[in-house]
Amino acid sequence: MKSRNNDPAILSTPVALTALEKTLLNDFQRGLPMTATPFADVAAQTGVSEEMVIDTLQSLQQRGLISRVGPVFAPRRAGASTLAALSVPEDQLDEVAGIVNEFAEVNHNYQREHDYNLWFVVTAPDQSQVDRVLAEIESATGLPVLDLPLERSFYIDLGFPLWC
Amino acid sequence: MVLNDSDRQLIAAIQGGLPMVARPYAAIGQQLGLDESAVLARVAELQESGLIKRMGVVVRHRALGYSANAMVVWDVPDADIERIGRLLADESCVTLCYQRPRRLPHWPYNLFCMIHGRERDSVLRRISQIVAFHSLEDIQHQVLFSPRAFKQRGARYAELDKLQPESRSLHGRT
Repeated sequence: MKSRNNDPAILSTPVALTALEKTLLNDFQRGLPMTATPFADVAAQTGVSEEMVIDTLQSLQQRGLISRVGPVFAPRRAGASTLAALSVPEDQLDEVAGIVNEFAEVNHNYQREHDYNLWFVVTAPDQSQVDRVLAEIESATGLPVLDLPLERSFYIDLGFPLWC
Repeated sequence: MVLNDSDRQLIAAIQGGLPMVARPYAAIGQQLGLDESAVLARVAELQESGLIKRMGVVVRHRALGYSANAMVVWDVPDADIERIGRLLADESCVTLCYQRPRRLPHWPYNLFCMIHGRERDSVLRRISQIVAFHSLEDIQHQVLFSPRAFKQRGARYAELDKLQPESRSLHGRT
């Protein structure tokens, strides 16, 4: 199991944010201007300089508060994917999570409080590779995989509201 | 939409984020041997086609203090799933809402939504409000909080094409 000590994904300390940071986090999760100079256009909309916008976004990224500025791809359009779960004996959870993490096709992997306590998303160029990865995970862990592919999405992703 | 090799290279170049420079599409074009205007036009097309669902800041909820990440799963009668799926999707603070297959007898739930919040109590309160407001008391649900993320990154499509098993350690985590 790899060290998680510095992983911002598991820290939940309250974060102090400047007004500009809040604006960039809240108002620009979608609709980045599709122009040659998107950061200058964001700057014009927020009343600060382009340099200020770029510096602030870089700082948010360096602090691990944003993963990137760029595209979010629709599930299932490019390639195939599924949500999968394992019911792992509690004392083997770290070890099994480490095995699952080793697969490049796994892009999310969470512990959850349930008999099915390890949940992960498998994404690959086609369905046969998704099936192969699930079979390899079953054989590497000795545990049966619950395979729950997306059938329909009711949600239109508008980003994440920070007032929740 | 059919993707050609040039699209795959473009997706590979942008999926980790745009370069944070004044002319990001020019920088990507330089890397790929394309004009800035051609890069921009193709990214816009990928967005119009729906393959890119949004362009913008991708936040890390947990790092921002949204650590109470609950997956709420519901066992909805098939006849009601469209109606209930839509009303849950329209709730604020619901960040995903998907229909998935039941796997009986182990897994009876067919509707999944994600609710994020700063604390467990506020998320549970929100769920109670949603249940009461929409009269969902008869629909069995479970709340699966996530105390830990072992791995969390955006889906990567382009690089998977050429992926060999031995190269996995390169992508072990982000």
